[in-house]
Amino acid sequence: MAKIKYALYTGCTARESTPELLKSTLAVAKALDIELILLDEASCCGASHLQDFDDMLSLTLNARNIVYAEKLGFTMVTICNTCQLNTSMTKDRLDEDSNLKDTVNAKLKEVGIPEYRGTVDVKHFLYAMLDDLGLDAIKQKVVRPLTDINLAAFYGCHNIRPSHTQAKNNGGENPYKPTSIDNLILALGGTNVEYEDKNSCCGFHVELQNPTTANRLSANILSGAIDNNADAVVTPCPLCHLRLDVQQHNIEKEAGRDLSIPIFHLPQMVGLALGLSPEELGLQHNIQEFSFIQ
Amino acid sequence: MKNKELTFKVFRFNSDTDYLPHYDTFVMKVTKDEVVLDILNRIKWEHDGTFTYRRSCRHGICGSCAIKVNNKPTLACKDNVFELVKVFGEELILDPQDKSRAYKDMVIDKKPFWDKYKKVKAYVIKDIQETPDFENIVSPATNEEIDEADYCIQCGNCYYACPSVSVNEDYLGPSALTLAFRFNADSRDEGKQERLKIVDELGGGIWDCVKCNECAEACPKELNPIAKITKLHNQVFEEGLAKNNIAVRHSVGFKTSIKKIGLLDEGELVRFSEGNCGVLKHIPEAIAMFKKGKLTLPWNMPESKNLDEIQSLIHIASTAKFKNI
Ligand code: SF4
Ligand code: SF4
Ligand code: FES
Repeated sequence: MAKIKYALYTGCTARESTPELLKSTLAVAKALDIELILLDEASCCGASHLQDFDDMLSLTLNARNIVYAEKLGFTMVTICNTCQLNTSMTKDRLDEDSNLKDTVNAKLKEVGIPEYRGTVDVKHFLYAMLDDLGLDAIKQKVVRPLTDINLAAFYGCHNIRPSHTQAKNNGGENPYKPTSIDNLILALGGTNVEYEDKNSCCGFHVELQNPTTANRLSANILSGAIDNNADAVVTPCPLCHLRLDVQQHNIEKEAGRDLSIPIFHLPQMVGLALGLSPEELGLQHNIQEFSFIQ
Repeated sequence: MKNKELTFKVFRFNSDTDYLPHYDTFVMKVTKDEVVLDILNRIKWEHDGTFTYRRSCRHGICGSCAIKVNNKPTLACKDNVFELVKVFGEELILDPQDKSRAYKDMVIDKKPFWDKYKKVKAYVIKDIQETPDFENIVSPATNEEIDEADYCIQCGNCYYACPSVSVNEDYLGPSALTLAFRFNADSRDEGKQERLKIVDELGGGIWDCVKCNECAEACPKELNPIAKITKLHNQVFEEGLAKNNIAVRHSVGFKTSIKKIGLLDEGELVRFSEGNCGVLKHIPEAIAMFKKGKLTLPWNMPESKNLDEIQSLIHIASTAKFKNI
């Protein structure tokens, strides 16, 4: 099989507050023999906030990012749910509306950027791995199965909703019953935890203007995971991770109960099963400690 | 296609007599054409005449039959049972839209839901003569602006799926905001400014949307309420009504940051949004992050390659203004 190559759109968070996400993604890709080419020219996706202020600007910047992946000709892979949704929504809108595409392309042309053509797929690393490599191939590379570890998958909104966008570009999960991360946990030898809020919202996008809302929503997730005996939560999104890991003490305050639990980035969990060391996976950067890992 | 024997676990509660709700189980043979409303009818007609639920039109128009099936917002007269079985298996759980507001079985008290329509003035605001001598004609082109928001049947599926509503009773929610957008876009209406001031309030308005897309998923008419909420955000800036508050600065701050480094300077965005005093409450997190090497210091701040390209693009593609940003 030819080597799998992707154009990696890192997003901002993986280069700043969650360095462990980029580190573990690169380490896991290497272990799985996937080549990642970083899109260093890319800009921020606007994180679903820039479009509230200036929709056209957000659209144009995202189109430019995709153009750089088109130049390479590889699937554009994201490692943040919100980057994924913003980029794939841009793609959908441009692919479906030729007038809008022309408007955006005229602007790109004015600055000397090649036109957006819509020739590459945009996928989260989770689904790229599952689609192109497959669960069985990943399973075969497991050297340290996650035996006896109870893992609560937390999917995050922007990787599963809205389903029509996700079906066109991404995993196409049923947002009311997502299964990919649970299946991955099982393939890695772990035990998946069933709990109600695995597909709900962590509240990240109102964290600044309404921390109470954000903390209450996150509390539902952490308490659901803990009350169903999870040893750790695992998420494919660095923004969910910032909430559940960095803000954990504020969530506990709002909930009025102990909610301490470590939070994996998805590639950290995969990497562990592939035999990578905690250091290689950047676990020292996570705020909540993983007491069950020696 | 054969019949299927399915198990329905049904939420039962009578607020006049019960302290706590319970679930009744009904096992039924179901055919491929039956919708959830057929099941509700059969429970009442064949099993328990006291079972209570709302329905009227049976045609997806009145919006009264909305319930949840395995937590999925459902329009009972529209959603096919076998389709639900494909996702959830042969045991289906039928719940009212909001268990905490149940009167009797599937029937809930929807007062807060309806009150929010009143709050956003979901009607055409205009001084009109009682005996006008001309028609108020809406052209097909201006009707396009409404973006199908007038197809809303006020079923509440989006509202009762909204996590922000579930933890904050002040949040106007996707249903009322969709209609606020609908009347703002109506060419006969003169209440846009008034309505925008209402929906722009912090704590209950558009800035409290957590952007989860639950409403987009829940709407049986595929109206994409969150897209309407984004348009309301845009209108607040277009009409020059945006206040200099934390939420507005948070959205505008992305542009400032991208212009500077192509990426988001996360720490600076928090400072810019919160202001120099407000930012102090984030010190505990900042210290914890610093200790774990999660804080990017100014001299290590990443920057996009070909930044000049991004800056020129911002220059020519910007369409909105807030102060001098
Ligand atoms: S996207 Fe916003 S309005 Fe829609 S359900 Fe989520 S929080 Fe509510
Ligand atoms: S927007 Fe859709 S889901 Fe919400 S009340 Fe209207 S029809 Fe129902
Ligand atoms: S009964 Fe009227 S919408 Fe279902």
